Amino acid sequence: MTLWTFNDLHTDYYRKTVELWNEEHPEQPIDLVIDTYPNNEMHTKLLIALQSGVGAPDIADININFFHNFLKGDIQLVELNDIIEPELSQFVKSRFDIYSKDGKYYGIGFHVGATVVYYNKEIMDQAGVDIESIKTWDDYIEAGKKVLAATGKPMTAFEITNQRPFWPMIVQRGSDYLSEEGVILDNETNIEVLQAMYDMIYEHEIAIPMPGGNTGSEEFFAFMNNGGIASLIMPMWYMGRFTSYMPDLEGKILIRPMPVWEEGDFRSAGMGGTGTSITKQSEHIDLAKQFLAYAKLTKEANIRIWQELQFDPIRWDVWDAPELQEPLEYFGNEVVFNTLLELKDEIASPYYNELSSAAQDLVMNDVMFKALSERIATPEEALREAADELRSQQE
Amino acid sequence: MVKALRSLLYSEKVAPYIFVSPFIVAFVVFFLYPTINTFVMSFQEIVGLDSARFVGLENYKKLFNVHFYNALKTNTLYTLFTLLLLIPIPILFAVFLNSAFVKGKTFFRTSIFIPALTSVIVAGVCFRLMFGELDTALVNSLLIKIGLPPQKWLLGYWTGMLLMVLLHFWKTAGIFMVYYLAGLQSIPHELYESAQIDGAGAVQRLWYITLPLLKPIVIYTLTIAIFEGYRMFGESYVFWNEGMPGDIGLTIVRYIYQQAFQRNDMGFGSAIGIALLCLVMIVNLIQLRFFGMFKKERD
Repeated sequence: MTLWTFNDLHTDYYRKTVELWNEEHPEQPIDLVIDTYPNNEMHTKLLIALQSGVGAPDIADININFFHNFLKGDIQLVELNDIIEPELSQFVKSRFDIYSKDGKYYGIGFHVGATVVYYNKEIMDQAGVDIESIKTWDDYIEAGKKVLAATGKPMTAFEITNQRPFWPMIVQRGSDYLSEEGVILDNETNIEVLQAMYDMIYEHEIAIPMPGGNTGSEEFFAFMNNGGIASLIMPMWYMGRFTSYMPDLEGKILIRPMPVWEEGDFRSAGMGGTGTSITKQSEHIDLAKQFLAYAKLTKEANIRIWQELQFDPIRWDVWDAPELQEPLEYFGNEVVFNTLLELKDEIASPYYNELSSAAQDLVMNDVMFKALSERIATPEEALREAADELRSQQE
Repeated sequence: MVKALRSLLYSEKVAPYIFVSPFIVAFVVFFLYPTINTFVMSFQEIVGLDSARFVGLENYKKLFNVHFYNALKTNTLYTLFTLLLLIPIPILFAVFLNSAFVKGKTFFRTSIFIPALTSVIVAGVCFRLMFGELDTALVNSLLIKIGLPPQKWLLGYWTGMLLMVLLHFWKTAGIFMVYYLAGLQSIPHELYESAQIDGAGAVQRLWYITLPLLKPIVIYTLTIAIFEGYRMFGESYVFWNEGMPGDIGLTIVRYIYQQAFQRNDMGFGSAIGIALLCLVMIVNLIQLRFFGMFKKERD
């Protein structure tokens, strides 16, 4: 069988999974060929292969940002309800909904992607800020001012060629880009949040537009690693980026829930994701399904997802397993999953539909850039403009 | 049987067609059929593998949006800038390297031509690293040394444009220089000699002999440079692989790529493609007419 992915970490995970499978199922060994492509390129290739009817792999990792492009028209992915439904009660259900259409599930994710704040303990200590006292975004701004005064460093940085922390910040308040009723990108809540982000940069001066534009750029890794900012608002899956790309921060990073805007807000939001799917072109659909369930749905697999990928697994009944309860040296020697367990019922996922890719592209390429970096539009104008464009595509 | 075959191959009427048939077949399969198909698809909404629905001019109506205008603007400016660089400078290179007094000609010719052999993606990655936004990136570190502020190259419209034009120029100048060199070498030496006897200086000789006689080559390079400019993709793709903030670097072909292959809207992608085809045809026809390429037919 063949498998396409766009992330080297996933590749290693699948490679090991096949080894384990072959040990346990000597009667039905799998010869899995794994191809790793760059993110954009893989999705384009896959879409073309599915459209033209030849050349698609048996199994493919599909980034959530692109997933709903694959659910348009005549869907070329295999329905996975029969392997998912028996296990569903042990899982964070909203993480399956994002890969579904009309009640049918087409992909299985790796992680919850619970958004948290990563504090650089060293800088916070220098500024004399107790991070446990930061409960609201107002507290966060006050703490930021202390950090700025004491160290001259900004509290955080916002992505300007991507969409964090704007998206988790609105999702924690129950808002989103889209809803079942249509485009809500320019609603009151969102304008308020984006305005607050703008103020953090230009009024309170505790935040900066992110060097390198987004949290995946080499420039940002170097900047963060050198202690450029005191904290970062990102999902849990970013832990792996810390340990792989920012070795100098070992022991200095503490993970805490997101502050809230007002009482009743959630303290997290489930962001990002990779849906692993089986294509209809596969000649071994049944075997692929068994393998996928083995790789993503079992308890053992979810423990391994944590151990090997440092993702927060979607199967919550493993969160208190001993393997996940080990303290982590890199992250201040704390038991990170206790933070997550505390947040278990406060993790909402965004709403996805066919407009999702377009909506995200607009926020990433237009709204953040225009409102936060270039300042050629106010937060309200930028959001209204993007929302109008989305509505015109909606028909 | 053999006789029939022989008479066929020796027949003056049939044989030429047999000889050109490989080209015709390739042309029909890989060019004509996709072109016609694209044209048809531009009036359709493609929903699945084999299912398409005619939607009339709906796809073309969608063209009137700000992203398409941005792409059009970027492409036009990009083409203009590349023309401004790619016509005069390679001519100068060629004239210098053709003159009898320059030493180490082969070395210079080779080093100007070598970039043409590299892949735009590989070269682009090197450019991207050189023009990184941190103070430690090559170009920014040089700017700081001479007292200028470091730039966020990839996040500004004009700096982004500069990078694309620079990359394209670096890569293409060598090929254009070779065209011009070939043109120069076909100019008879006697012309220069008699001009010299009449008292023409080096600049006059360049202006009155070299440039007019290079005209056909200039028209040729102009035509392909316009075409290359409008169909540009790689230069933009390598710099803004994941996303283009504020449509920096969004070109028409990237817009096709985004809509057709990333958003799965083949119909709209085809409509953009047809619009691009018309655009390039019109620009090139105007330019060819301006240079009098159709005069003979009119006479």
